[in-house]
Amino acid sequence: MTRRTPLFDLHQKLGARMVDFGGWDMPLQYGSQIAEHHAVRRGAGVFDVSHMCVVDLHGARVRPFLQKLLANDVGKLQVPGKALYGCMLKETGGVIDDLIVYFRDESRFRAVVNAGTRDTDLAWIRQHATEFGVDVGERTDLAMLAVQGPEARARAAGLLSATGSAAALALEPFFGREIDGWFVARTGYTGEDGFEIMLPAAQAQRVWQELNSAGVVSCGLGARDTLRLEAGMNLYGNDMDERTHPFESGLGWTVALEPRERAFIGREALEAIRARGPQRKLVGLLLEGRGVLRAHQKVLVPGAGEGQTEGEITSGTFSPTLERSIALARVPAAAAASVQVDIRGKLQDARIVRPPFVRHGKALVA
Amino acid sequence: MSNVPSDLKYTKTHEWLRTLPDGTVEVGITDHAQHALGDLVFAEVPEAGRKLSAGEPFAVVESVKAASDVYSPIAGEVTASNAALAAEPEAINSDAYGKGWLMRVRPAAGASPPSLLTAAEYEKLIAEGGG
Repeated sequence: MTRRTPLFDLHQKLGARMVDFGGWDMPLQYGSQIAEHHAVRRGAGVFDVSHMCVVDLHGARVRPFLQKLLANDVGKLQVPGKALYGCMLKETGGVIDDLIVYFRDESRFRAVVNAGTRDTDLAWIRQHATEFGVDVGERTDLAMLAVQGPEARARAAGLLSATGSAAALALEPFFGREIDGWFVARTGYTGEDGFEIMLPAAQAQRVWQELNSAGVVSCGLGARDTLRLEAGMNLYGNDMDERTHPFESGLGWTVALEPRERAFIGREALEAIRARGPQRKLVGLLLEGRGVLRAHQKVLVPGAGEGQTEGEITSGTFSPTLERSIALARVPAAAAASVQVDIRGKLQDARIVRPPFVRHGKALVA
Repeated sequence: MSNVPSDLKYTKTHEWLRTLPDGTVEVGITDHAQHALGDLVFAEVPEAGRKLSAGEPFAVVESVKAASDVYSPIAGEVTASNAALAAEPEAINSDAYGKGWLMRVRPAAGASPPSLLTAAEYEKLIAEGGG
């Protein structure tokens, strides 16, 4: 039995094609996935991300707790409302999940974790929260909407009171705050500006319809995936998981090894990996010819004198903005410049590029 | 509801067939199939002259979501394929039975007649969730 978000009935009314995603019955697309993608790059779109798990972490020692739990350092969060992206690691350095934490005040942080890893995450968080006396509260009473695109903030702010609207539009990137009973954050997963809004579940359908009336296009998980991949953002379970560590997942920038005395879970493993030098890395690929790169396709890397070594596509798709195929791939650390990908039995040339592929509506690779 | 023109024949694997006046057979994928695939972004069609056996994959259509083989319903020789799809694969979405055609094939002499579905039979198949 799949789970449903507070917007399920509305998705059906809007004619969405529904799909099972991490045990949730979610909209894949309402009409054309590519049209939804372009709506976000050029105007504004709204996504139901209520399947994601909002967890409130309360307690006097919540900051030191998160400094142990996360590979990124919440010590960086000094201004209330500021958000931080990072990973929760196993002792081995494998990634349990990636998440965003918001610093609300010294005893209250909020984390947003992935739907598919919800149970593992909550168990892990609770297991470690005990010794810090931190209360872990899953907010199943909230729905979450991502309103994304160059026009998203203006359209969404139009639904708020005059003071609320001004407060929302004043939010700096990667900040969130309570506004008119919602938690509004200037974050997202598309490479565009916008808000992620956590609001009481009972308001979700009305707000969605008001956004539609304001010209914000309903968008499904299909467009969400092409947008995040163009933006060079990882998807947990595809691009990293418990068997891969951040340094081979394009997530080294989220690992705070300074200050050296901060003993986060996975630190020892990561220090050892860094000392040896990671064997693999996650890169962006741009397909030179026609066709579509897809997850699990084999990547052949010209080796230094020893023939070819192999890598694998972790996420691949057709980029509606670039009108060609793009991918993230895990390849041997020595790989540079160009590779070949086995697409349905044929070797096709692809070029290694540095993600993101697209940001704020503009192509960054050619 | 999918569009299933009554003057065409169909396969269980969601191809349609139209017999042209010169005896060749035009083949494409059905409206139901294009809808299930989502936005088409790439179509690989066969070269003219290629000999096909019945049930052989002759084309690949790729949507944002997935790549799918398209199977030849009949044995024969490809007389033409739709080159316009290289620039406009979305024609398969917008006009599956017209501009979205994939190939024309001349049935092999003496080939056993393929087992095809009428429009009514195909409608029943997709209504039952077949394929």
